Amino acid sequence: METVFSILVGLFFAVGIYLILSKHVIRILLGIAIFSNAVNLLIFTSGRIVRSTAPIIPMGEQVLPAGAANPLPQALILTAIVISFSFFAFILVLAFRAYQEMGVDHTAGMRVAEPEGERLPPMGY
Amino acid sequence: MRTLIFRTAAPYLTALMLLLSIFVLLRGHNEPGGGFIGGLIAVSAFAIHGIAFGVHQVRRTMYFHPMAISGFGLLLAVLAGLVSLPAGAPLLTGLWVSPTVGGITLDLSTVLLFDIGVYLVVVGSITSIALALEGREEP
Amino acid sequence: MMLEPVAAADWLVVAPVVIGIACGAVLLMFRHHLRWQAVFSIFGLCAMTAANAALFARVLAEGPISMTMGNWLPPFGITFAADALGSGFALVATFVAVACTIYSLCEIGAVGRRYGFYPFLMLMMAGINGAFLTGDIFNLYVWFEVFLIASFGLMILGSEKQQIDGATKYAILNLLATAFFLSATAYLYGVLGTLNMADIARKVDGLRPTAPMMTIASLYLLAFGMKAAAFPLYFWLPASYHTPRNVTGALFGGLLTKIGIYALLRTLVMMFPTERLELSGVIAVVAVATMILGALGALAQSDIRRMMGFLVISGVGVMLAGLALGDANGISGAIFYAVHSMLAMSALYLLAGTMKDFGGSYSLNHLAGLYRLSPALTALALVLFLAAAGLPPGSGLWPKIILTKASIDVGSPWLAGAILVSGLLTTIALGRVFALAFWRDSAGDGVHRKPTEHSVVPAYGSLIMLTVPIVVLGVHPEPFIRVADIAAAGLLDSGAYLRAVFPIAGGG
Repeated sequence: METVFSILVGLFFAVGIYLILSKHVIRILLGIAIFSNAVNLLIFTSGRIVRSTAPIIPMGEQVLPAGAANPLPQALILTAIVISFSFFAFILVLAFRAYQEMGVDHTAGMRVAEPEGERLPPMGY
Repeated sequence: MRTLIFRTAAPYLTALMLLLSIFVLLRGHNEPGGGFIGGLIAVSAFAIHGIAFGVHQVRRTMYFHPMAISGFGLLLAVLAGLVSLPAGAPLLTGLWVSPTVGGITLDLSTVLLFDIGVYLVVVGSITSIALALEGREEP
Repeated sequence: MMLEPVAAADWLVVAPVVIGIACGAVLLMFRHHLRWQAVFSIFGLCAMTAANAALFARVLAEGPISMTMGNWLPPFGITFAADALGSGFALVATFVAVACTIYSLCEIGAVGRRYGFYPFLMLMMAGINGAFLTGDIFNLYVWFEVFLIASFGLMILGSEKQQIDGATKYAILNLLATAFFLSATAYLYGVLGTLNMADIARKVDGLRPTAPMMTIASLYLLAFGMKAAAFPLYFWLPASYHTPRNVTGALFGGLLTKIGIYALLRTLVMMFPTERLELSGVIAVVAVATMILGALGALAQSDIRRMMGFLVISGVGVMLAGLALGDANGISGAIFYAVHSMLAMSALYLLAGTMKDFGGSYSLNHLAGLYRLSPALTALALVLFLAAAGLPPGSGLWPKIILTKASIDVGSPWLAGAILVSGLLTTIALGRVFALAFWRDSAGDGVHRKPTEHSVVPAYGSLIMLTVPIVVLGVHPEPFIRVADIAAAGLLDSGAYLRAVFPIAGGG
């Protein structure tokens, strides 16, 4: 099972990186979304995928029963999903604003902060 | 979206969903539920209210600014962690009291306080985003 | 399951973070009380500095201390652990933040306050302190994201066209870096089954023959190198750091890249020492390229704020040189340089803002005659430029001497040469700023100075506040070098750190 998931994670990473290499901001964003999902799946796979019972401590016990699933990767993924979701929403709004302000969605055209053809500093006075 | 049917149903729907969100919040300690998901339900209630009556109406209904609500939630969460200072336990330790009020034993804990904090943070921050996005579409 | 009661003094470990979050929360609640926001923030940051100072003093006296959240046993709960390195950096960072907040009194007007400058500032400082003090690698990721999202808020404060352009690049590349960080952590968890840094440090040796530790260490190097703006992934920094307000630029330039350096020290030196040795050649090449390209970039800029961005990068290269050396002297030099860089880079950004106030421009083509307008500013600028270039009486001198000597001792004189060449290029770049902006009588193109609209007293206050420790570090460095040595020794031999986190197991 882990092997199948590893291949899937690899595919996700490949797609994500391919999209990030693009020059269009929207593709980069989609790439980042896929990339962060690849990472989430990676965490999930690193926690080992086994068929097991839910990790709930039974009444009157102090520890988990043997063969319970590992709850930690899910907690980690949940945290990572919430964070990457909010970041993605933020960057999406940012990219939209950037498109509205600059009229380009092409990284080569986003030269407001670093204008082309700026004068060099004077060589002397 | 502002049909008569929707506008008539919206207040009931909003009230019902807010009630449900609090139920989910309180249920969260031992069963599926909790502050985060409860908060999201409350946000969708406010979003429905906003679609039906406009953003301004929601802001008036909420009375406090959404970000202020979220700040209050953050403060509650911090306070829930700090309760363990006098108890001699590390930060964020779950501490319980079980007072009996009118024959009913209430299990109150710092965990619940923390969860209420999370609920308010989610309600505040996501509502402010939702209202900002809804507000843009208004003429 | 119950541990012994926690002494109230142990709460010092979490106090800076708790104060930061609580102050941020209160500021969020009272967002419209514009006048009190600044005062409250300064008080909050002073409280954070005091807490950090007490923590640092205690760590120096008694060794590392730790606290595990929620009364869990150490490898399971989230641990906060303060050693000399983390608490020292946290102390300097909050001190710099106090100075920057004083500067903000004259820069952040009603609009900036209504956008929420101060709540973002406090939450960012909480995140930075959390990153320095946490003892859990996943929690480090969470704190990275906390200060990152607050820094996004600070960066687009005002929503100008230029800021949105810069923020897009900054946000995308930093998000990518944290994604790499997280995937390294996922591999680490898959291999070791633990996320506690002390636990990782003691378990990693046993698993080295079978586990892909080199992959994990390289991924951390990539992720934190990107965060620290190291070659080749530094282009986001000069594209964005000059766009926000100067106080924001000062905070970012001073603090954020140093967190990347701190994380590199923590992971590569403490957790993966063997892998760091293997990677040291790569790190050295990266360090040299970062130093030289940063300094060359600074030479090519006419906008002084963009020049400061490249100087930040050049400084990152010097710290990476210490990491590449990896012995006690190298690490100690890198730590000392990081402290110097936090103070000096923040001060340079604030200086750039003040120069704009007097000279009406950021461009070297227009700035002129500042000496006549303000001799005091000229004196401050001279000291800061000397410090940033690594010349006496500034604080940049000693770490560069330590690092140069260490690299000659190890037998890599080219690293020492690169440090000296980058220092020379920095001196030329900053010397030119001084000659053009301060000495030159007039720019000769008819640009006239716009009178400043606000008081510059807070600007002077904050600049003096940062310059005094820079000079003290430069003139009387012995005690600080000793502290840096202690911090470096704590990283290289993590026994005390492990014993602080696992008191029962005795550090394994």
